[in-house]
Amino acid sequence: MHIQMIYILILMIFVGVEVINSVPSVLHTPLMSGANAIHGVVIIGAIMVLLNADPDNIVSLVLGFIAVILGTLNVVGGFVVTDRMLEMFKKKPAKK
Amino acid sequence: MNQSILLEIIYLIGSVTFILGLKMMGKPDTARKGNTYAAVGMTLAILGTIFIHEKEVKPIVYILLFGAIAIGGIIGWMVAKKVKMTAMPQLVSLFNGMGGACAALISIMEFSVHIGDMKSIMMVMAGLIIGSISFSGSMVAFMKLNGNLNSNPRIPFYNVINAIILLITLGTGAYVVFGSVSDFMWPCIVLALALFYGIMFVLPIGGADMPVVISLLNSFTGLAAASGGFLYHNKVMLTGGILVGSAGTILTIAMCKGMNRTLFSVVFGAFGQGSAAAAGAGTSATGGSIKDISVADAAVLMNYSKKVVIVPGYGLAVAQAQHVMHELEVLLEERGVEVKYAIHPVAGRMPGHMNVLMAESNVDYSKLCEMEDINPEFETTDVVFIVGANDVVNPAAKNNPASPIYGMPILEVDRAKSIIVNKRSMAAGYAGIDNELFYNPKTSMLFGDAKKVVTDLVAELKTM
Repeated sequence: MHIQMIYILILMIFVGVEVINSVPSVLHTPLMSGANAIHGVVIIGAIMVLLNADPDNIVSLVLGFIAVILGTLNVVGGFVVTDRMLEMFKKKPAKK
Repeated sequence: MNQSILLEIIYLIGSVTFILGLKMMGKPDTARKGNTYAAVGMTLAILGTIFIHEKEVKPIVYILLFGAIAIGGIIGWMVAKKVKMTAMPQLVSLFNGMGGACAALISIMEFSVHIGDMKSIMMVMAGLIIGSISFSGSMVAFMKLNGNLNSNPRIPFYNVINAIILLITLGTGAYVVFGSVSDFMWPCIVLALALFYGIMFVLPIGGADMPVVISLLNSFTGLAAASGGFLYHNKVMLTGGILVGSAGTILTIAMCKGMNRTLFSVVFGAFGQGSAAAAGAGTSATGGSIKDISVADAAVLMNYSKKVVIVPGYGLAVAQAQHVMHELEVLLEERGVEVKYAIHPVAGRMPGHMNVLMAESNVDYSKLCEMEDINPEFETTDVVFIVGANDVVNPAAKNNPASPIYGMPILEVDRAKSIIVNKRSMAAGYAGIDNELFYNPKTSMLFGDAKKVVTDLVAELKTM
């Protein structure tokens, strides 16, 4: 099982490098913001922790609750901000 | 069984949308769609995790879960919608910190579950350390960019001290992993150490390098998410995290290249005090006097030239002058003057930040020229109008090896026939160094608030 994960890990490193290469500097900020939203995927871990938490253990419920809030902030805020940035790059009716 | 296959498929779709989304974000035409794809994939993965679940879950847990998502979602949405474009970088930093904190919290909670399982504890510690560094580092970066924290304190030997703190942090983490520790006190110590290291790591780094730091911390959070993926054997967390980790690293390096600095010099180098002193020494030698120009004269100069290149900087954005600037551009174009914008790769506070800001005020995308394209054109330019930019046009980058920005590619505005610089005052730029361009005989200074000056220029031009 672990070796499979390591396979994925190595391949993803290459995908990441390949995907980002030769991006115009104009898009660096939105791209960073977009990547920022994507690592919000950590929220899935938070959701699993909360779902598996012992319903009688107040501390773990509270911590899980906070973790989900933080993760959601990262995901929602990240994607919305990126969208706002990219909205400005939309093509205007051609002037030429 | 069927359910878990369904969940795997959903996660696979999530991973694919992340890759596709990032790829599409690399091109202006498809960027927005790419972001939407990734967001849809993320939503699917989240819904799948919540609803495809074998264990019985008590209602109270669901209430907490949806409550948390609602709170986080509404706050995140509102903040992201309301923030000013100029405050974008610190917001990205803030959200990044939230992700790091989330990863650290998960790790703290998972510790007791996995005691005795060395591989899992290793992942727990990795997530804890990286997530905490990312969180506290991002918060410092946020405060610096937000102006709450302006000093870059430099304790002597801070590199050595930081290295020691990092080693202690990693050492304690390793002890927890290999020493089969079960006392909950230990992960808390690691947490505290990592948080402290994050602060110490970012604190000495100057404001000008903050974008690079945010990008670096961004990829850290990606790695923290990925270690969570390892822990849970969750492939969407792993792929998403590693994707951001590696893409973020490449992005960080690209940003460093834009400033002609190495990552090493950003993190360990002295951008702050030592070099500022050297720059100060250079200034007194430059001396010379500056020349003022009135709004009316500037308007005449621009009106009767063939080609005007505008160099917008962060100062323009702070003054919210980008809309009037667009008005000025349209007015000049109507009179047959060719107007272009020269955008330095690191103008603003982040690479590409200035493009975002100018696009916001409806400036035609094709008028925004990148540095390599515009530099040869300065020879044929009559007037260069620099608004709120400083370091990116500082000739010291080309001819003063003592300057901290020496070697950074700049906009070679001094090749144009005349230069008008609008600044609020003679204060130094973001890098904290003086600019000899202002003493150039071809340069005239037009002091005042960017918005007011440009508005006056527009009014003046209309009377002509």
